[in-house]
Amino acid sequence: MIQDMQPETIVGACKDVTLLLYNELPRRVLYTEIETPYPDGKLIVSTTDPDGVITHVNRAFVEMSGYTEEELIGAPHSILRHPDMPPAAFKDLWDTVSRGEKWQGFVKNLRKDGGYYWVKATVIPNVRKGKVVGYTSVRRKPSRTKVEECIKLYPTLF
Amino acid sequence: MSFKFTVSPDFTPNHLSGWYIFNTWLQKQTGLAIHLKMYSDFNAQRAAIANDEIDLIYANPFDAAMLVREKGFLPLVKPEGASDEAIIAVNAENPVADVADLPQGLKLAVTDDPDVRMMGMILLEPGDLDAGNIEAVPCTTYVVVAKQLLRGDAEAGIFLAEAYDDLSPMIKKQLKVLVRSQISVIHHVLMAGPELSAQREEIRRHLLAMANEPKGQGVLESLGFTAWAAVDDEAMEFSIDLMDTLSM
Ligand SMILES: Cc1cc2nc3c(=O)[nH]c(=O)nc-3n(C[C@H](O)[C@H](O)[C@H](O)COP(=O)(O)O)c2cc1C
Repeated sequence: MIQDMQPETIVGACKDVTLLLYNELPRRVLYTEIETPYPDGKLIVSTTDPDGVITHVNRAFVEMSGYTEEELIGAPHSILRHPDMPPAAFKDLWDTVSRGEKWQGFVKNLRKDGGYYWVKATVIPNVRKGKVVGYTSVRRKPSRTKVEECIKLYPTLF
Repeated sequence: MSFKFTVSPDFTPNHLSGWYIFNTWLQKQTGLAIHLKMYSDFNAQRAAIANDEIDLIYANPFDAAMLVREKGFLPLVKPEGASDEAIIAVNAENPVADVADLPQGLKLAVTDDPDVRMMGMILLEPGDLDAGNIEAVPCTTYVVVAKQLLRGDAEAGIFLAEAYDDLSPMIKKQLKVLVRSQISVIHHVLMAGPELSAQREEIRRHLLAMANEPKGQGVLESLGFTAWAAVDDEAMEFSIDLMDTLSM
């Protein structure tokens, strides 16, 4: 399940927008200009079912997203979708993994407190006995130059 | 019939005799004839695997996908509570404090341990460094990596964290850690090949019971482990998927 973001959990001055998840499910999103730096040396790991619903997260995921593990498990992965991310990026992600291939890209993620963090993400299909049973994403610390490029590029992709 | 056992060539040198002691213990427990063969490098070991000469292996996580997908190996156990982690270090006098400030064309001291090298390169990515813009300085051991840094023949080095921690205090005082990985999900696995599939569960039972009996405890100690933990097929698949995402 996914809920609107609540003003009382937001830290700092925020903007307010409604995103359409899955192209049809409205979610009110509150977001600030506060960046949380990626933790050095760590990987952020999550697994979803074939529909993109979260089934597993590691501790670094919980710490960076600001949600509890209970809030994350069973939620669509778009719980982290930031309004600055162009839909084309996620279309490319899903098109790529649906073909059975690996996807890699730079993603700006939204925290529960309205802040954001940049990651370099790799997503792969989990194939068991020839069937796709889910997807796994592993994120690492991105280079600042790559992030700067995305900050310029992404607004042009809407 | 005798089975052939081998150990990832990145074992710590002071545990070499431990693996022979372990093999003797394992043969006694299982009644199987097992011959331990050590290889000095990964290429020689991979050639033996390719020729189907290996039945039991303490494998580097980097080789696990090949062992499972191409050679039909199945996981048995991993050392409990242990994981492979990497460190990027420089000479203590180097003013750089963050990998993001390391220069392109960097002279990087590395061993041929494939998983550590991969983790180390991931740690360097925030500095826009990759295989294409560093100059690798190949080293046979982590002590040699340290020496290259002390002599100034390399500007940074990739260490297995455990090997770095085992360096003498004298050497460590002259080095500086820029970043240490906290990945926790990458580890070596003891795996059985197709010829041992019928004995897999029995072998695993002996290994899991090892920490509960005095003799077994002593053998584990000689390997530097406290106990074995079971690795089931799904955990192995997940670990292969993780390595897959990281090797890109
Ligand atoms: C394994 C996996 C991990 C994902 N990780 C993220 C993520 O970290 N942040 C994000 O915004 N979307 C992530 N997505 C994509 C979301 O499923 C979703 O497509 C995206 O947030 C856009 O939302 P929408 O598809 O509802 O438009 C991931 C998808 C998969 C399969």
